[in-house]
Amino acid sequence: MATNDYVSHAPGYVDNEGPKIVTSRFLHDDSHTLARSEATGGYSALRAVLQTPPPEAADLVKEAVLLGRGGAGFPAGIKWGFMPPVWPRYLVVNGDESEPGTYKDRLLMERDPHQLIEGCIIACYALGLNQCFLYVRGEMALAQERIAAALNEAYEASYVGKNIMGTDVSIDVVLHWGAGAYIVGEETALIESLEGNRGMPRLKPPFFPAAKGLYLKPTIVNNVETLANLPWIFANGTEAYKQYGSERSPGTRMLAVSGHVNRPGVYEVEQGVVTFRELFYGDNYCQGIRDGNELKMFIPGGGSAPWFFPEQLDLPMEAADVGAAGSMLGSGALVVMDETTDAVKACLRVVRFFARESCGKCTPCREGTTWEEQILQRILDGHGRPEDLDLLEDIGSQISPGDYPKAAHEEAGLTAVPFPPKQTTICPLGPSSVAPITSALRRFRHEFEAKIGSATPSPTESRAADETSIDVDEAAEEVSA
Amino acid sequence: MSRLTTANVLLAREIISRYPRPKSALIPLLHLAQEQDGYVADDAMEHIAELIGVTAAEVLGTCSFYEMFKRHPVGRYMINICTNISCQLNGGEELLHHAEETLGIRSGGTTDDGMFTLEDVECIAACTEAPCLQVNYRYEYRLDNDDFDRMVDDLRAGNRADVPPHGTLARVRQNIDEDRLAGVERPELAGAPAWYSSRLPSDDGDGGGN
Amino acid sequence: MTATEGTEAVTGVPFTLNGTDLEANEGELLIDAAERNGVHIPRFCYHNRMKPVGMCRMCLVEVDTGRGPALQPSCMLPVTPEMKVETESEATKEAQDGVLEFLLANHPLDCPVCDKGGECPLQDNAYAFGPGESRFVEEKRHYEKPIPISDLVHLDRERCILCDRCTRFASEVAGDPLIHFIGRGSHTEVNTFPEHPFSSYFSGNTVQICPVGALTAAPYRFKARPWDLEAVESTATVDASGARILVQSTRNELVRIIGVDSDAVNWSWLSDKERFSYEATNSDLRVTEPEVRDEGLTFRTVRWNEAAKTAVTALSAPPERVAVLGGARLTLESQYAWSKLIKGVVGTDNVDAQMGDGLPAALSLGLPRATIDEVCRPGGVIVLMAPDPKEELPTLYLRLRHAIVEDGATLVEITPRDTSLSDLAAVRLRCTPGTVGQVLAAIADERLDDTVGGVDGFQLRRARTILTGAKPVSVVYGRPNLAESGRYVADAVGGMQRIAPDATYLPALRRGNVNGALEMGLTPGFLPGGSRDKASFEEAWPTVPDFDGKETDGILKAAAAGEIDTLVLLGADPVDDYPDAELARQALEAVRTIIAVDCFRTASSSLAHVLLPAAMFGEVDGTFCNLEGRLSPIRAKVTAPGLARPDWMIAADLAAAIGPDLGFDSLEQLRSEMASTIEGFPEIDWEGELALADGPLIRLGRNWDLEFGQAASAPAPSSSGLRLVVDRKLWDQGTMVQRSPSLAGLVQSAELRLSPTDVQLLNLGDAQWVTVEHGDESFDLPFTVDAGVAARTAWLPMGLPGFDVRQLLATGRSVTNIEVRAAEEGDTDG
Repeated sequence: MATNDYVSHAPGYVDNEGPKIVTSRFLHDDSHTLARSEATGGYSALRAVLQTPPPEAADLVKEAVLLGRGGAGFPAGIKWGFMPPVWPRYLVVNGDESEPGTYKDRLLMERDPHQLIEGCIIACYALGLNQCFLYVRGEMALAQERIAAALNEAYEASYVGKNIMGTDVSIDVVLHWGAGAYIVGEETALIESLEGNRGMPRLKPPFFPAAKGLYLKPTIVNNVETLANLPWIFANGTEAYKQYGSERSPGTRMLAVSGHVNRPGVYEVEQGVVTFRELFYGDNYCQGIRDGNELKMFIPGGGSAPWFFPEQLDLPMEAADVGAAGSMLGSGALVVMDETTDAVKACLRVVRFFARESCGKCTPCREGTTWEEQILQRILDGHGRPEDLDLLEDIGSQISPGDYPKAAHEEAGLTAVPFPPKQTTICPLGPSSVAPITSALRRFRHEFEAKIGSATPSPTESRAADETSIDVDEAAEEVSA
Repeated sequence: MSRLTTANVLLAREIISRYPRPKSALIPLLHLAQEQDGYVADDAMEHIAELIGVTAAEVLGTCSFYEMFKRHPVGRYMINICTNISCQLNGGEELLHHAEETLGIRSGGTTDDGMFTLEDVECIAACTEAPCLQVNYRYEYRLDNDDFDRMVDDLRAGNRADVPPHGTLARVRQNIDEDRLAGVERPELAGAPAWYSSRLPSDDGDGGGN
Repeated sequence: MTATEGTEAVTGVPFTLNGTDLEANEGELLIDAAERNGVHIPRFCYHNRMKPVGMCRMCLVEVDTGRGPALQPSCMLPVTPEMKVETESEATKEAQDGVLEFLLANHPLDCPVCDKGGECPLQDNAYAFGPGESRFVEEKRHYEKPIPISDLVHLDRERCILCDRCTRFASEVAGDPLIHFIGRGSHTEVNTFPEHPFSSYFSGNTVQICPVGALTAAPYRFKARPWDLEAVESTATVDASGARILVQSTRNELVRIIGVDSDAVNWSWLSDKERFSYEATNSDLRVTEPEVRDEGLTFRTVRWNEAAKTAVTALSAPPERVAVLGGARLTLESQYAWSKLIKGVVGTDNVDAQMGDGLPAALSLGLPRATIDEVCRPGGVIVLMAPDPKEELPTLYLRLRHAIVEDGATLVEITPRDTSLSDLAAVRLRCTPGTVGQVLAAIADERLDDTVGGVDGFQLRRARTILTGAKPVSVVYGRPNLAESGRYVADAVGGMQRIAPDATYLPALRRGNVNGALEMGLTPGFLPGGSRDKASFEEAWPTVPDFDGKETDGILKAAAAGEIDTLVLLGADPVDDYPDAELARQALEAVRTIIAVDCFRTASSSLAHVLLPAAMFGEVDGTFCNLEGRLSPIRAKVTAPGLARPDWMIAADLAAAIGPDLGFDSLEQLRSEMASTIEGFPEIDWEGELALADGPLIRLGRNWDLEFGQAASAPAPSSSGLRLVVDRKLWDQGTMVQRSPSLAGLVQSAELRLSPTDVQLLNLGDAQWVTVEHGDESFDLPFTVDAGVAARTAWLPMGLPGFDVRQLLATGRSVTNIEVRAAEEGDTDG
């Protein structure tokens, strides 16, 4: 086990081989200071950008095909282009990282706040706006402190605020922080929260933030990692950037691999080229499953993603391919589960997360996720009923109608259903609760059945019994008629 | 317990002034109240409502949505043990059980001496360092039972200066010198920045605001 | 009432609904377009008078906009061209079934003991769309059942389905966000802040729009089941807004009022006064039989004949020695009948329906009238020169608020103190009492540099810019201060006419049917229809008096001077209601015979010699004329108690005894006489087509050139005194509030409001009581600091317990000055 690759002042970060676009300063223990930033090229990209017309800067981002790193993977340049010519407009930085398994924005905020601030100012400049809100997750006290300190330095040094670097350009960056609510990571909920409200998502349409966002004004919400890429891209050009990663997904992204691997960690990995197998087993990455165990399943993109199985190991981590295979890369969080894992327990744990984090706005999510949790808990407590398994699937289909995305599995006779799911809710939180249920239940139904008890009839028998009872009822009615 | 102190009212006003609309300052102000009292008191909520021009019910509506805000007194140290999937896979629940036994309280409870409140929480973004926890939002990584006990002892003994009392989140605040501030305008009144309009290529010069 | 249903031309957007090609209006939401075409999509959170939130998910339907069918909430989806909609498809049904199952999962299903049972959308939808049986075997959520969230509204959180209707109403419509979602996820509940009850004037609307039985009205709880209710459509008569309502009764007792959605007026909303003051009709304290008082204070019940005889004798005094006060409570028909009796039979012009708190009748009869819709038109300019509409005309307040908040109307507020709309105003001219005429004159004359009446040049210029801009101007005007002469309002209107010659005017007079009373000639100098043409009435009426009558001020002064023998109180209570209490008392004591036509024994009717019991709201048929001049039906639902009868019948009886009779003994005959004698007056038939619409506007062809002289100059402020501002609160000691048990307790005690500046100047420090000196008298009363009060003024509403501000007022005074100082301990005056 090669744990010596850990960087002590950046817990979890693994200094593996490969391009360093956003983590280049992580090896320095003073990486969060302005002095280190300036000594290593910080704010030089900004200086150059200020000499170009803003639309050209925006075009460059489009040209770079900078994909959003928050989860949806939408190209930032195209998103920026959705803004109507209406002012005021705002940039909101989404640092409310809370998807289970995910942590990379936290490291970027703690380890290199100036890189993020520079990215913010470049984006504000390109978008022609003068107020940016940097929304940091409430629980991330160190990130808040580091960003506050960095902003104080940057204001002092004229990289932010009035007359940036002596030009007429004036842009404020306001540090804002949350207070504990996963759903606020959803961009419209983030905007609600930033308005001082309960973080309940707005329906899109009509509330597409690019047109009707903060205070119903055009607003771009970008993820921390997305913006952290900007200084490098502007310093090195789009051609250099596109040399890394795949054609569809240039550059790198930060992946957090946790669970049952030998070297869990946060890695900066070229996008679209590395396969899951390389990531989990490769020497440069996680170096295999713990104790030499077999892989049972893994979550490829945060708690919201349908699970993958060993059959999907050779897929490259390319959004389109992963989507077609029935899941998503999401927020760059991979959770690896070995053969010792209890599928029902793991399933319940993820479902419980969504039940606890439902904002309560949409009926199906508010009531459905809680119901799912209650049933799963009952099954785990030994009070399951045979009909509960179909009921779980039904509840799922009432939150997310149609065939839920799932991975192919030859042995279980499953063919892949591509991502994303349909939904009866405003935002994807409710439907996300169906992911672990569908994944576990379709693939490991026997584990659920075992918990319900050997005495209970098998699902097929149970269904047959149900049909019989209905026949009896109908017969009774016929008699009485 | 109390309304905001005079010093905190000044701080609150400064925070409010950074936002185009006062209500946007609500969450930071609730944190300020929690920093002052260790929890968010009803009086403080009423005071915040006055400061930002909304009703106390609106403040409560927001406050009660976010789990970091405690509306009743809690321990000096809030111990949040992650039990989400990555930590569960690596002993998070066992750590929680150990903590419950050690502290003699269930998750959600507070020790009699008012030192500790224990909670099981959702993912706190340290998944590779499982099982992990936060004490007043400061991380502890890869804890076994002994590590936990040692931490509790240190906290009790006052040996953890790095952990401020509950309520204090960031010990560094953003300060903006008035003459460094680009300026805040109400959204109804603000237009495109002059620097933007003047930097547009002349053939495209009509994009500058409305 | 769905006034516009079927009358608007369908234009625009072609779409397909369940295979049928239809057209939607531009921008119309799918849920509305479907409804208009006879397809009801179930819903809980959607309400057509509030912004959609799309959160209950019940209205999901399958929509194909060219990218394949997808489930969409029809409440948030404007119809777009060629949209294909399936409301009956399997996917739609499954989604709706699913939502219902989720909603019912934690619902207590206590329909048999629920007020809403039988008229519950959740119950109805469960039958119509639901799965029939619950698969939910877990334990349901439990909350303490029902908790009072105000004196009028109870909340059962177990029944609540979190549709956000009540909370949205409180925040969006009423502007009183005192109830809110609290908590998160499945632990979300609606509640108030601890110790901050939902004390909104509009709280009852939340009960009406609650789609389950979570919110119930305290006055109605367990009173009736929906299937036992009988109902008629009517109009609320407690103020002049003319809100349309449904009046419901069971076993000849009024039990509930529901707001009806009238496009032109109240959009289904009601104030709690309009909603709950029906309790007064049910009161045990009603006067139910004629009574006479010979000597002393004891009344004797008599037969109608005897009472009428006494009354007739008194009315036979010389006409100039007879006077009538009141009439705003009456139906339009009764007002006409009484107008004809008093002016056309008795022959006196001494009639006034306003109680010294109104405006010169010539103004409201003569100024070009605006409708509420015109005042509230999107993008218009609203001038408020009136008392706080939230206190006096709450339903109008909701429309004004909506116009400003949602429809981009600009508010120019010209009032002596802040109102409930001040925060929304583009410019506030806070005129010192007595100066509003001069302020408007300065704006009209473009004297915009110097401060006038406490208003500085910057504000004068802003106001002028807005008022003379391209946007249409409407003026809501009334008496914002009873402690200054109404003359100043007239001056201000004169100035406004010079500033914005095309402006239209909405009179903010609060008393029920006061606008009808003015129209029917219950005011000196005018005949029905606002006519001053005696000739046109000479044929229909036995006599027509000269226009030499007195207004209320003059009548009371004359009475006090012994110049009035007979005073008729048509529901008027000058002793408690006239701003100069002392004068009112003197007048009533000096009059030889007082004839009171009333529903209750009031401070004034208790002094009457003849007390004739009148039928009241809920017991009479007739017509209402609101502040726009819009007519709408008033309908009887229950029978009047005892011998109480409609006012017009009382008038007809008395006329018959005096002779000649009025010429009508049915409502139909009365209405047809009104239509024939009043120029331009419509044939009223509330059983016919009229009732279906928003109600006809009476525009009686008046377009007088009102003459306004120079604005009067106010007396110079005294160096140490404060100028008093007196107006009214919704909850006061008025009869309708006091006789409604659920409302009577809502009245708050009087306290003087002072500006922060004056509190500092007067060194009031931590004092809680002040001594007010006025003339030779001094009074102690509590005070609070109020930033909405202008410096050098003091505000104190009338009609509140604790202190009768009328002790400080006197008829004929132009403004009222008081001296205020901190009360000394041991001060016992007042």
